Amino acid sequence: MGAESSPKIVIVDESPIRAAILEEGLREAGFTGVVRIGEMHSLLARIYELDPDVILIDLENPSRDILEQMFQVSRAVRRPIAMFVDQSDAASIQASVDAGVSAYIVDGLKKERIKPILDLCISRFNAFSKLQDELDRAKSALEDRKVIDRAKGILMKLKGLTEEEAYVLLRSTAMREKKKIGEIAQSILTASELLK
Amino acid sequence: MTGSLHIGFIPLIDAAALIVAVDKGFTAAEGLDVTLVREVSWSNVRDKLNIGLFDAAHLLAPVAIASSLGLGHVKVPIVAPFNLGLNGNAITVSPVLHAAIMREIDGDPLDPMATALSLARVVAARRRSGAEPLTFGMTFPFSTHNYQLRFWMAAGGVDPDEDVHLVVLPPPYMVDSLANGQVDAFCVGAPWNSIAVDRGVGFILHFVSDILVRAAEKVLAVRQSWSEKNPQVLAALIRAAFRATEFIEHNRAETAHILAQPERVGVDADIIRRTLDGRLKVAPDGTIRESGRYLLVGREGAARPDPVQAAWLYAQMVRWGQATISPEAVEIAKAVFRPDLHDAVLGFQQKPTPGASNLVEAFAGPAFDADDVAGYLASLGIVRRPS
Repeated sequence: MGAESSPKIVIVDESPIRAAILEEGLREAGFTGVVRIGEMHSLLARIYELDPDVILIDLENPSRDILEQMFQVSRAVRRPIAMFVDQSDAASIQASVDAGVSAYIVDGLKKERIKPILDLCISRFNAFSKLQDELDRAKSALEDRKVIDRAKGILMKLKGLTEEEAYVLLRSTAMREKKKIGEIAQSILTASELLK
Repeated sequence: MTGSLHIGFIPLIDAAALIVAVDKGFTAAEGLDVTLVREVSWSNVRDKLNIGLFDAAHLLAPVAIASSLGLGHVKVPIVAPFNLGLNGNAITVSPVLHAAIMREIDGDPLDPMATALSLARVVAARRRSGAEPLTFGMTFPFSTHNYQLRFWMAAGGVDPDEDVHLVVLPPPYMVDSLANGQVDAFCVGAPWNSIAVDRGVGFILHFVSDILVRAAEKVLAVRQSWSEKNPQVLAALIRAAFRATEFIEHNRAETAHILAQPERVGVDADIIRRTLDGRLKVAPDGTIRESGRYLLVGREGAARPDPVQAAWLYAQMVRWGQATISPEAVEIAKAVFRPDLHDAVLGFQQKPTPGASNLVEAFAGPAFDADDVAGYLASLGIVRRPS
């Protein structure tokens, strides 16, 4: 079975971008048998059909509980499947839960063959959330800039300031009140709405 | 005493005591700074509790036992000093299956034996006609829902592994799966049964309180090692949860409003209120059924863990091939439920209502004997041998 060649890996993830990033990483590392499942409908049937050696699933996915059925003694199971993380692997399980991913493997696949897959998975998941964070930050920076521009406009009009003076006023107020410039700008917008 | 805690929960009505304890400031009044973390799967709650990302959790009672026995997963001893809820589940069936069961029924539709025998006839008729076996959804392999469904149908002669399909479905997927025919019925906690009825896609056939008088459902779970290192924090948490159960009893409207918040359970306050009142719409035509035992949060001594209940749950694991029987395992299972920890904080003032035995009372089968689990199992008809 695939265990000695390239193990067959199934990625269960409703985020197509993250799944693609992970698949790419696995392929680059030489794991060629990778299948992505993004559709949770009849998940277990799909998995039995694919008969994978390793299943990777994101922790945001409620369907994780569906996978727990694989451990049950049942005529549907073709071979025993066990959670990868055994009693001695506390550090691995911690790292993967932190990264937001969980792994299941078939019984008998050697631990040293699993380790690189899980490590890669953890680093790709972490990279993805970093990317997500940066995207969120960029979005909120853009929002902040719009808010600051509008607050400057109000200050310029009400107090007869130049643009630079308006900005200096915002910045010094923020420093005095230990707040972000964006927050001060937002309170100016709110106040001006109220006083309209 | 470290007062900063992370507690995981699944958005269900029986997380009420934890949610109210935090949102009404009862935990803060005890000097605890609690962050409630809403989770999407029992596997996540279990894993995060096991590895210490959570200090405590709203947990399925059988998962606490399975974890302590190392069944299906890593062995981490868990203790449950406080029941968050007894009962609260219901069996909901599709309109088609409901009609079939009502056609075949001989007796009172509220009598689980009558419905189980009727189900057996429906199952037999489907087999004769070559129809696909019925599919029943439940929430987790080690769940009360799984055992309650199995207990009910087996009493009528339906073998849950041979005659029907039992599948795990995350609770938020239950209603859609019933609507699109992926499942014919399910057993799940509140609010999902009511949502199915409101959407006109299901009939509530039974409250689990029809099947078992008092069924341990969700517990406040902590790691045993944590409980030993943080006895004062645990005591404070138990006090706050208990105060919350009293608040819930006397302020159901406000409780429903608190639970309805999107970051808590996030469903309609009216449905939550009906659940707390035990006054459920059971059919799409608006038929209401009331039961004072539908869901017990705190009242009638519901918060006090009963080791006999733990033994019963362990017996179900053995009955259905999830565990092999041993006298040691029975003792480990019983020791998960800790009335001593409950009593040390709250005393034993919460007497169960007269007439309602604290022991397991089921609608069918031999009386359960926690001191003779093997004998109890030997007297049952349908069982699964581990293969």
